[in-house]
Amino acid sequence: MTQVLFLTFGALALAAAALCVTRRNAVASALWLVVMFFGLAGCYVLLEAYFVAAVQVLVYAGAIMVLFLFVIMLLDLRKEAPGTAPGVPLRFGAVAAATLFLVVAGLCLVDADARGLFPDAAAREGLTLDGGAYAIGEALFTRWVLAFEVTSILLLGAILGAVILTKRRLT
Amino acid sequence: MQQWLDDLIAGTAWLQALPTGLVYTIGILVACKLILLFSSLLAGEVVWLERRVSGRMQARIGPNRVGPQGLLQFLADGVKLLSKEDVIPATADRPVFVLAPILVYLGAFAAFCVIPFGYGLVAADMNVGLFLVLAITSIEVVGVIMAGWASNSKWAVLGAMREVAQMISYELPLGLSALAIALLAGTLNLTDIALQQEGWLWNWYVFRGPFAFAAFFLFFTAALASLKRAPFDLPEAESELVAGFHTEYTGFRFAIFFLAEYSAMILFSMLAAVLFLGGWSPGFPVDLTGPAARWIGFGILFAKTAFLLFVMIWVRWSLPRFRIDKVMYLCYKVLLPLSVVCVLGLSLQVLLGEVLWGDQSAFGRWLMGLGVHGGIR
Amino acid sequence: MSVLSSLVGPLGPGPLGAAPLAASADMAEYVPVLVMLVFALLFAALNLGLSFVLGKKAPSNPVKDAAYECGMPPLSEAHQRFSVKFYLVAILFVLFDIEVVFLYPWAVYFQQMPAFLFFEMLLFIGILLLGWWYVMRKGAVNWARE
Repeated sequence: MTQVLFLTFGALALAAAALCVTRRNAVASALWLVVMFFGLAGCYVLLEAYFVAAVQVLVYAGAIMVLFLFVIMLLDLRKEAPGTAPGVPLRFGAVAAATLFLVVAGLCLVDADARGLFPDAAAREGLTLDGGAYAIGEALFTRWVLAFEVTSILLLGAILGAVILTKRRLT
Repeated sequence: MQQWLDDLIAGTAWLQALPTGLVYTIGILVACKLILLFSSLLAGEVVWLERRVSGRMQARIGPNRVGPQGLLQFLADGVKLLSKEDVIPATADRPVFVLAPILVYLGAFAAFCVIPFGYGLVAADMNVGLFLVLAITSIEVVGVIMAGWASNSKWAVLGAMREVAQMISYELPLGLSALAIALLAGTLNLTDIALQQEGWLWNWYVFRGPFAFAAFFLFFTAALASLKRAPFDLPEAESELVAGFHTEYTGFRFAIFFLAEYSAMILFSMLAAVLFLGGWSPGFPVDLTGPAARWIGFGILFAKTAFLLFVMIWVRWSLPRFRIDKVMYLCYKVLLPLSVVCVLGLSLQVLLGEVLWGDQSAFGRWLMGLGVHGGIR
Repeated sequence: MSVLSSLVGPLGPGPLGAAPLAASADMAEYVPVLVMLVFALLFAALNLGLSFVLGKKAPSNPVKDAAYECGMPPLSEAHQRFSVKFYLVAILFVLFDIEVVFLYPWAVYFQQMPAFLFFEMLLFIGILLLGWWYVMRKGAVNWARE
């Protein structure tokens, strides 16, 4: 049952992603992105990553989506002409990028499999997973504390960047 | 939910004869249907309460014709709105215009599934409950921005932009002040948070020291703002923006926005009652976890929720509206730093309690006692 | 163990089997969430359908179908360029929201080792406070007209 649901949510996310990149209307494309985020959140739940699933909805569907929609409105992309069809170099580049991605992803999977990172069904039986906030806190604030602190500098940089980029218009 | 159903099956002979999966499925469907009924009927009654209270405050009567004291007014309004003509502006983006109210309602309503209505009376008893409430309610913003954009009316677009800017800004102090309770409780499971406040009145999280006390008011203020309630109702300021983002909506599409707004009010009142006001604890030690007693607990929680709803209405009809720059100022320069101070203060309080007394809640109790003592003197 | 079978795996027991609906007790709690989302969708859609059946249908005309503009014919498109302030609020919200998301696991885990976590978070919030101070100094969220 879990597997069926996982595949369903995965297919939903993939279909929504495909629809998102093929829509001409920017707002419609943004809406398919919301559906994609929900599909992905479903996948996270089925992988027992509960906190990450909630973060997916809160940060992506709730916050980043608003930012996207604001940008669409700010630039008024709806009236924008569809533009010329992508030329041959662009198409070639897209195909090359997709191929490269598939190759890298496949190699990663094979490598992870070789190193035994996918436990088989017997090993998964006894495994208790906790994807709640406590487990994440335990890992993030003890073992990965440096990465966590560095994140604050990353966020600081982003805040400064956002203000500096728009400052000219503000003053 | 599964735990509760398992208990039910174990205690009932004829349920054991049925396939377990069937009982689970029916149980979950019935529970969700009950919550839907609860939230939509109560939303109707809160509208009635709002109109009656505002009437009383303005020396009017308010609706008192349909049913006893006008209690069934919402049914009459609902039938009226159902039979209205559904007008969609010619310049509107139809699919987005139609989807927007549904998305707003989804955000306001679906979060009810993690709210405990009493011990064990919860549809989804999960360890990220509190966080999930914030996550699901954040969807509402996307619906609002879509509604404003799709209407293609100046009032709607301006109202939506304002409203979204306000809602997302106030989500920060809201999340931070709710976090203060997660810090004290050490869990995001709302049932566990409520259980930790059982016993005497001073066990309620709102009375666990000055920072928790302040966090409650920060939470309530931020909730008012993200609910667009007065004095923060300027996205829908009728004197300047007609009706804000739902200017172009008529008939039942409008009713769904209305229902979502009042459902969200109930949701945040219940959340505040569970987080800060002891959940279903009456303020003295009594066991409300039994199969029958939990419904008494529901009654107590409901009374606290009703009180908070009344305060929201009271505030709305008492205070004048803020100006938009003051709203942003209040959020970023007052509420946001204050809620960070609250979180850090509470963590320091837990830390000092552990270091000085060996009991994490001791320092908070001492501070609170000092405050009460000073207040009485 | 091949990649494919570990990703797809054997199909679990069906919904009417011994351990229905989900792999673990935690996951089972998400079934009501899904049901609630579907119920909300159905409730809104059914009522809109009912309103379509019961609702009045009158012939439309260009004036009725026009967007509301205080009784005047709309002068221009409603979709105009917006002040960059809105965009700035949105991006600052995303950044501060990520901070709040980081704080949640911290709060839940805090009681296990309060001293270490307190100073850790003091540093984190201290760095972000610099950003907040800069935003305030530049008046990025100051919406009052000078």
